[in-house]
Amino acid sequence: IPVRSSRLPLFCDAMPAPTQLFFPLIRNCEMGKIYSTACYCHHKHLCCLSPHLVHNHLRYAPQKKFATLCRPNENFSQFIHARSYVSTPQRFYLTPPQVNSILKANEYSFKVPEFDGKNVSSILGFDSNQLPANAPIEDRRSAATCLQTRGMLLGVFDGHAGCACAQAVSERLFYYIAVSLLPHETLLEIENAVESGRALLPILQWHKHPNDYFSKEASKLYFNSLRTYWQELIDLNTGETTDVKEALINAFKRLDNDISLEAQVGDPNSFLNYLVLRVAFSGATACVAHVDGVDLHIANTGDSRAMLGVQEEDGSWSAVALSYDHNAQNESEVARLKTEHPKVEEKSVVKQDRLLGLLMPFRAFGDVKFKWSIDLQKRVIESGPDQLNDNEYTKFIPPNYHTPPYLTAEPEVIYHKLRPQDKFLILATDGLWETMHRQDVVRIVGEYLTGVHHQQPIAVGGYKVTLGQMHGLLTERRARISSVFEDQNAATHLIRHAVGNNEFGTVDHERLSKMLSLPEELARMYRDDITIIVIQFNSHVVGAYQNEEF
Amino acid sequence: MADYSNKLYEQLEQETGIKTGYVRTGSISLAQTQDRLISLKRIASRLKVMGIPCEIITPKQVAQLHPMINIHDLVGAMHMPEDAVVSSADVSLALANAASRNGVQIHERTSVSHVMIQKGAVAGVETDRGQIECQYFVNCAGQWAYELGLSSEEPISIPLHACEHFYLLTRPLKKPLESSTPTIVDPDGRIYVRSWQGGILSGGFEKNPKPIFTEGRNQLEIQNLHEDWDHFEPLLSALLRRMPGLEALEIMQLVNCPESFTPDMRCIMGESPTVRGYFVLAGMNSAGVSLGGGAGKHLAEWMVNDYPSENVWSLDLKRFGALQSSRTFLRHRVMEVMPLIYDLKVPRWDFQTGRQLRTSPLYDRLDAQGAQWMEKHGFERPKYFVPPGKDLLELDQSKTFYKPDWFDIVGAEVKCCKEAVCVIDMSSFTKFEIGSTGGQALEVLQYLFSNDLDVPVGHIVHTGMLNQNGGYENDCSVVRLNKRSFFMISPTDQQVHCWAWLKRHMPSDSNLLMEDVTWKYTALNLIGPRAVDVLSELSYAPVTQEHFPSLFCKEMSVGYANGIRVMSMTHTGEPGFMLYIPIEYALHVYNEVMSVGQKYGIRNAGYYALRSLRIEKFFAFWGQDLDTFTTPLECGREFRVKLDKGTDFIGRDALMLQKQEGVYKRFTMFILEDHDTNLDLWPWWGEPIYRNGHYVGQTTSSAYSYTLERHVCLGFVQNFDPETGEELLVTPDFINRGEYEIKIAGQRFQAKAKLYPFSSLFTPRRRKDEMELSGYQGK
Repeated sequence: IPVRSSRLPLFCDAMPAPTQLFFPLIRNCEMGKIYSTACYCHHKHLCCLSPHLVHNHLRYAPQKKFATLCRPNENFSQFIHARSYVSTPQRFYLTPPQVNSILKANEYSFKVPEFDGKNVSSILGFDSNQLPANAPIEDRRSAATCLQTRGMLLGVFDGHAGCACAQAVSERLFYYIAVSLLPHETLLEIENAVESGRALLPILQWHKHPNDYFSKEASKLYFNSLRTYWQELIDLNTGETTDVKEALINAFKRLDNDISLEAQVGDPNSFLNYLVLRVAFSGATACVAHVDGVDLHIANTGDSRAMLGVQEEDGSWSAVALSYDHNAQNESEVARLKTEHPKVEEKSVVKQDRLLGLLMPFRAFGDVKFKWSIDLQKRVIESGPDQLNDNEYTKFIPPNYHTPPYLTAEPEVIYHKLRPQDKFLILATDGLWETMHRQDVVRIVGEYLTGVHHQQPIAVGGYKVTLGQMHGLLTERRARISSVFEDQNAATHLIRHAVGNNEFGTVDHERLSKMLSLPEELARMYRDDITIIVIQFNSHVVGAYQNEEF
Repeated sequence: MADYSNKLYEQLEQETGIKTGYVRTGSISLAQTQDRLISLKRIASRLKVMGIPCEIITPKQVAQLHPMINIHDLVGAMHMPEDAVVSSADVSLALANAASRNGVQIHERTSVSHVMIQKGAVAGVETDRGQIECQYFVNCAGQWAYELGLSSEEPISIPLHACEHFYLLTRPLKKPLESSTPTIVDPDGRIYVRSWQGGILSGGFEKNPKPIFTEGRNQLEIQNLHEDWDHFEPLLSALLRRMPGLEALEIMQLVNCPESFTPDMRCIMGESPTVRGYFVLAGMNSAGVSLGGGAGKHLAEWMVNDYPSENVWSLDLKRFGALQSSRTFLRHRVMEVMPLIYDLKVPRWDFQTGRQLRTSPLYDRLDAQGAQWMEKHGFERPKYFVPPGKDLLELDQSKTFYKPDWFDIVGAEVKCCKEAVCVIDMSSFTKFEIGSTGGQALEVLQYLFSNDLDVPVGHIVHTGMLNQNGGYENDCSVVRLNKRSFFMISPTDQQVHCWAWLKRHMPSDSNLLMEDVTWKYTALNLIGPRAVDVLSELSYAPVTQEHFPSLFCKEMSVGYANGIRVMSMTHTGEPGFMLYIPIEYALHVYNEVMSVGQKYGIRNAGYYALRSLRIEKFFAFWGQDLDTFTTPLECGREFRVKLDKGTDFIGRDALMLQKQEGVYKRFTMFILEDHDTNLDLWPWWGEPIYRNGHYVGQTTSSAYSYTLERHVCLGFVQNFDPETGEELLVTPDFINRGEYEIKIAGQRFQAKAKLYPFSSLFTPRRRKDEMELSGYQGK
């Protein structure tokens, strides 16, 4: 639909449209009617269900609802024009520094230092960033170094129906993966340490932006679930070395299972009880990379994407996808769903490009509404806290819900052996991929990463240049590099392009300024949350690995 | 060395008739901060006693000497009126010319493919134009010295690495700059400026150097190096800030001229430890021209006389081993060394790059307990342990010439050593085992060491390893393990030098078994009055003073671990034990010691505590206080020399003579009297000592004594004839009858001189004759 295109012209005067005006309209609609039409809305994962949801804790932002009413683009623009006289015309011009402070608020870089001296990591470092469209943002990101095994884990998580599930997965998934990878002895050691109250071996070293938080309240609960997991692994000891692919699959499935179980069992602490229910009833996709030397594994569940940036011999850039989207555009996913359910459901299981006509990703964590039996859902909701009972969304059972589960968290794992020409890997939520073509994404990052270091050098040659002139020139050049327009972070640079690109593929400041000054309620119409991690590989190290083998 | 170069270049033109561009311009080093000024004052007071004119001047005086300088941000400067400039190419030409006249053949455009070696000595050189037989080979290949070293038949490791270095040449000023304009060094701006053909030549040592040729020279030919103006920008800004009047000056060229740097910012010279006749002079750290003359003189002396006329241990190739030769290590280290040239040099400074190379098995354990580390010869050693909840300053802010932030932490460790028990990981020491099937080991060692090693099995002997002149080549402890084998402990950085010395002085037909076992043992120093209690609990063998007097070694079990070499010495004069533990038992023994020691108040301590303890006890340390020019008689260690042990030993004749004649310098301990530890500048080393107002020598080390609550400096006192400057004998009487002052950065402090340590500092349980007097723990 047109709204999805980031090329949508902006009407800055109309930006602060007070959406409340449209609530009565929506309220008058029947729910069922909304279902049938709503599927056209821009909101990528779940259609809006009822106006009540507008106010629920899951924060389904209202603009998504009114978007359902103005499906065709013309209507939308007419409406905005028509609306413009109501609100006070306001101009939003963010100055370049203001734009930068918004873009850079969540940026984070981690460099494996050259001075380390003992570093043999194939990763030079990574840049990550996110730009919210939802308030609060529903995307999450994680990055950590495995301390008891080799390798590094990086992942992006795209939440829907709230951020609770994405938050939980971002905190917990890497622990599950790390534990799955641990050799039997280390597991025993950790268990013994816990048993005897000794200090635990650190499993992960996190690389977090200050805004990336961990839930303090749930840590005990999460830890107990994790411990049960490793205890089972200890009992199961197969004596075989752990296969990374298998470990990733097991970790994903186990965590999803734990999320589901915790919600069924509940917790005596009412806050926690509510939290585990929120986690289970919201959903999240995950795209995780495990890098160990030249061995790159991508585990993907849902529609975030991993894209490898490859530099060809002539210096040009090409994109190699290392994940498959799990959505209606993926034929084998559609086929999978159809074979997993009786033939009578063939029409209903994927409807209007959505799972049961509702959910855009075909695999996800949480979302017990698509996993539990109707009985179980009802039971849990009834015994659950009032907030849950009052919630129309949670109470609502998807239509044509006959043979659950319809949804799985099992990832598809792709293995790739790094080559010296593989310069970087981009992990990003669909907020990026729906605004930019993968080829452009890789080119922009590739040019950014090489260009920052190779500015055309100056040579005096035979010209008459004074020290003062040269100084002026150099200060100007330096200012250009470190200027507000120049990003220190590849992910920020990519977001700048994703949001601010004009028809010519270059960043248009005015456009950028308008996009970023959209009020909270409107932002979600023009873009989705964007989360990006750009991982840079050390070609020398990768090359050395390769040489070792020959 | 620079002073000699200056004198050499001055007369070179007259001697050879070749213009060298020598102009005595003088130089001015600027200080933008008070700390920098302190540093300059320290340099000035040392230069003055060497007879090199130099003075600290005010910014106004700077303006008078050099009118173009912006003095608004200066706090002072150091002026050296006799400094000079030369044209380096012309000096080289003149030197080559003079050499040719004396019969030297120079083969230009000839490349050396490798150096031929026979029986461990240089035999000749293979070039692209044929072979040349020779007895000596000097590797002076600058930044290619590393590669040339590796291309001999037995690789010689010469740790250096090149960095790009940029300097700017300009056209003349409108009113051309006088050639006698003083050279300016602005270390805080990281630049130097000299006049050059009416314009200026200016370069610097930037914070972010560009290492080059890591993978060898084939990668890029030196002619193809490009100017990098963006990289030069910070230096250009500093230049224009210092001399704003240069704005209109026209650029001629930005020269990119790589320079080689070494892992410790000191040049590399001397003979290879493995190949006789293979000499090296390289890694000048961008001071090739100024140090070249003096360095050449030292090297010539070395080749002719077997050793230079001055102590050059700090420049000796043998201070490095193969462990400093990794290209990655060198690349990272020189990135730190190059900026260091203009960084502020403060006491107790540790390199941050190329760390964690050699570590004890306890490293992680100690690190988790707050250990702060320093490095010696690649080995990580704990400085002190930061207690939980206490934060020290950031690295940059901790740089100080005054009282450091760890003062109380080390104080607490010292107190614990004195009153309870501490454990210090001292695994870095060089450890050799020497044995033979017959009695040859004893025979050879008796010849190599000055003390008598023919002692009962289990005795520890502190002894020097002297050269022909009676000077210390090494200072070590030797344990007689059994009739035919010995265990030798030397300072950490002796690993290469000591090995080479032993190899060289052994009979060539020797069937001695010699092994470097440094890596096989972890050494724990259990120090303090309760050490004996801790050890008793861990072993059934009696360890009390009666059963285990000091300076004995017993192999015993500690905890479950058997075969631990326990030695009743601590290198500090405090009671306690050194445990030499096979590394696989290290963690076990450490854990046992810590858990048993808990009830005796045991804690970890580091080398700073050890250092304070040994200096207040007047223990000299080889490499810092002792060098190849110091004899045992000059440092009060006659009792460690057995002139009449029945066999000859190296240096015996020289010592006999000295014993008759007396000594010309004497190792002395000074206790600072009117020095305020909290407010005054701390002594370091190299401070001039004045006796009755006359200069008599320099300090070699110093530390705060927590027991005396005073600073203690150690140093050598000489006796110069006030008329002629001739060196006279130094007698105890001369030492004792004098009023002393130590000059720290220009300020004099009264000091009390002592030739013997305070006996009150030793524990009453020990009799004086049993006193152990050794210490060779690091700086």
